[in-house]
Amino acid sequence: MNSNTLLLFITIILFFVLYAAGCIAYSGKGFTNVQTFLNILRGNAGLLCVACGMTCVMLTGGIDISVGSVVALDCMMLAYGMANWGIKAPMMCVLVLLTGLLFGLVQGYCIGYLEIQPFIVSMAGMFFARGMTAVISTDQLSITAEISQTFYDWANYRIYLPFGGVVNKAGKTIMPYFGVGVVIALVVLVLIFLMLRYTKFGRALYAVGGSEQSAAMMGLNVKRTKMLAYVLCSFLTSIGGICFCMNTMSASAQQATGLEMDAISSAVIGGTLLTGGVGNVIGTFFGVLINGTISSIVKTNGKLASSWPNVLTAILLCFFIVLQSIFALLKNRKSK
Amino acid sequence: MQDNVVLTMRGICMTFPGVKALENVDFTLRKGEIHALMGENGAGKSTLIKCLTGINDFEAGEIHVDGVEGAVKNHSTLDAQKVGISTVYQEVNLCPNLSVAENLYIGREPLTPWHSIDRRAMIKQAEELTKRLDIKVDVTQNLENYSLAIQQMIAIARAVDMKCKVLILDEPTSSLDDSEVEKLFKMMKGLKEQGVGIVFVTHFLEQVYAVCDRITVLRNGTLVGEYPVAELPRVKLVAAMMGKDFDDLASIKPEGFKVDENAPCQIEAEGLSHYGTIKPFDLKIHKGEVIGLTGLLGSGRSELARTIYGADKANTGTLKVAGKQVKINQPIDAMNLGMGLLPDDRKAEGIIGSLSVRENIILALQAKRGMFRQLSRAKQEEIADHYIDIVRIKTASRETPIAQLSGGNQQKAILARWLATDPDFLILDEPTRGIDVGTKTEIQKLIIQLASEGKSIMFISSEIEEMLRTCNRMAVLRDGEKVGELDGELTQERVMSAIAGGAKSE
Repeated sequence: MNSNTLLLFITIILFFVLYAAGCIAYSGKGFTNVQTFLNILRGNAGLLCVACGMTCVMLTGGIDISVGSVVALDCMMLAYGMANWGIKAPMMCVLVLLTGLLFGLVQGYCIGYLEIQPFIVSMAGMFFARGMTAVISTDQLSITAEISQTFYDWANYRIYLPFGGVVNKAGKTIMPYFGVGVVIALVVLVLIFLMLRYTKFGRALYAVGGSEQSAAMMGLNVKRTKMLAYVLCSFLTSIGGICFCMNTMSASAQQATGLEMDAISSAVIGGTLLTGGVGNVIGTFFGVLINGTISSIVKTNGKLASSWPNVLTAILLCFFIVLQSIFALLKNRKSK
Repeated sequence: MQDNVVLTMRGICMTFPGVKALENVDFTLRKGEIHALMGENGAGKSTLIKCLTGINDFEAGEIHVDGVEGAVKNHSTLDAQKVGISTVYQEVNLCPNLSVAENLYIGREPLTPWHSIDRRAMIKQAEELTKRLDIKVDVTQNLENYSLAIQQMIAIARAVDMKCKVLILDEPTSSLDDSEVEKLFKMMKGLKEQGVGIVFVTHFLEQVYAVCDRITVLRNGTLVGEYPVAELPRVKLVAAMMGKDFDDLASIKPEGFKVDENAPCQIEAEGLSHYGTIKPFDLKIHKGEVIGLTGLLGSGRSELARTIYGADKANTGTLKVAGKQVKINQPIDAMNLGMGLLPDDRKAEGIIGSLSVRENIILALQAKRGMFRQLSRAKQEEIADHYIDIVRIKTASRETPIAQLSGGNQQKAILARWLATDPDFLILDEPTRGIDVGTKTEIQKLIIQLASEGKSIMFISSEIEEMLRTCNRMAVLRDGEKVGELDGELTQERVMSAIAGGAKSE
């Protein structure tokens, strides 16, 4: 087993340990219910889409810190557009996705063809998207059934599991359920997994991240590959933005601040290297779950300050980065 | 085009700003031959290769490749690959994070009917390919798990599988150990039998004789000649690379002067080395001795000197100066121990063009004294005048900016700079390069005079004759390693065969 598989393994085990710990500590507060797990998924469906895109970008050795702001822009466009421009929900979603594509195209062109640092380009993108959100509206907007019945129905559509029901106080059995967002996120996850493994583009992402010069020497189109990575990332971010919006049913200029960092930390915890070339969306999926579990545990506890998840994530990040370095060092020593 | 010729280059010319890098170079490669491209550093080997692979744009000349209509002009490595020219560089250009199979097939993967990558077929093909070329690897493992030699072979396998007719190996052996080189050679010979034409660029002379059929020698961007290996023994190859016609040169007897063998050692180096430039060496230099460092350009002559002087900090070994063990971390330490180094690149590392002759002369002395003990103006002028007189610098005045002087006089001024520090040990790296014959003789005389005053001198020069005239003893370098010493009666023949190696020099 190579060290990258081992890292992925550690991530998965860590998730189960964390979850089991939560179950043991808070079994009285319903942590053991299937619904708790589904809630983690529901709450992080948007993040999962964004993190999948981030993983693709990070595989090339790049980064995209604009994603949080793009999510905010997406939510604002949806909320404001449906309320004030009179555009119907499906059309508005298409518009949001197109915006994401265009956004990614501009960023990707600057990074791939003009060879500007990804950090700088996406920082500009971050300010632009956040700024545009506030330009559309500085208010806190809510999406209600009156604004768009369609979108409201989507957001509240429940898919029930046939098992794992809980009897509530009234004596009624409630089956665990999840929403449309979770379905979208899981489909994205599977598609990106297949894309990374079985398509020329997917493998080119790894090759570019492994060594740009070598990839070029082997006849791959490095510039185009890099550009498409950012287009894909922004597109997935927009899908994530729609999922996110279905979850919050609101929009504001301050929404989803720091989401880009959650996405990056999920990918890193999942074994993606910031230097590129190594990583996998399965790892990212568990990274997102670990982040979600930590928040869920803190929330269930009820007494812990809400900043604890940040502290725990920081510790985990440190742990994983140190682990990665140790593996890298061991590998170097072996090859010498 | 003749039947068995796969590649011809005719009259290739190429200039870099200010330098003629290639002038009318011809090169012919036949099917199923391993053809060495030889030359000293800067002879134009890499430039020629880059013209062929489309990295450099050549200005004149034609390239013809077997099976391609008309002249070929590549604009990128991809173009070159399309006409069947593949290159494997010293630095392996593969992705370490991908599997061996993927490295072999990325960009041209076998596809399933749904246009996704057929991983199973890819692995099967990779296994067949590596088996055919006798490379023992698990193709599903990541490339980074294998040694450089294997990676090198995988790169070659990729090139071969892309139906290349011309395979260029640019210094492929420089980071391999002997057994790995052996494996690589076996593979090269196998490919040769399959009819691939191989261009082998290397600076290891032994390796040329181990695998090559033919040698093309370049010097200063011009073609010296193309020879079958059997007709060009080592010594002649070295002579061709260095531009000496060996047979025509009468052995010049050194005028010679005896050094007291019992004189105390000024410098004793033991196992001194600097990673990547010079392998561990032992060297003793007596007081009043002139030791020459000889070897091809790029063989580590300057590097050896720089390591003693601390310009490159030694990684291993010990150094004794006048019998006392010392630690030199940087040049100022060496200066305080009475050393001086006259670097080979006069313009970049020697003169400070806008300063006057006087300022250039007192520079090293002032540095040695430290910033706060400034020499008085009167003292400076006295020193400058003294040395202008001694080494006979032709200058309008001592305040003339040094850039206005001729090359020879600039060199003398720098020599004066070091003489002013009154060194016990002076390293002169190519002190006579690019200066006229008269000044050369003056500098040579000065060296002998300094030695007779009891100073130790290390003299590095590409001109064997002047080394023969001035040195008591010579250290021979080859491929970054000190391979021997010559003393007693020094002749051109002995020195050249020592540089070439193989042929016994002692």
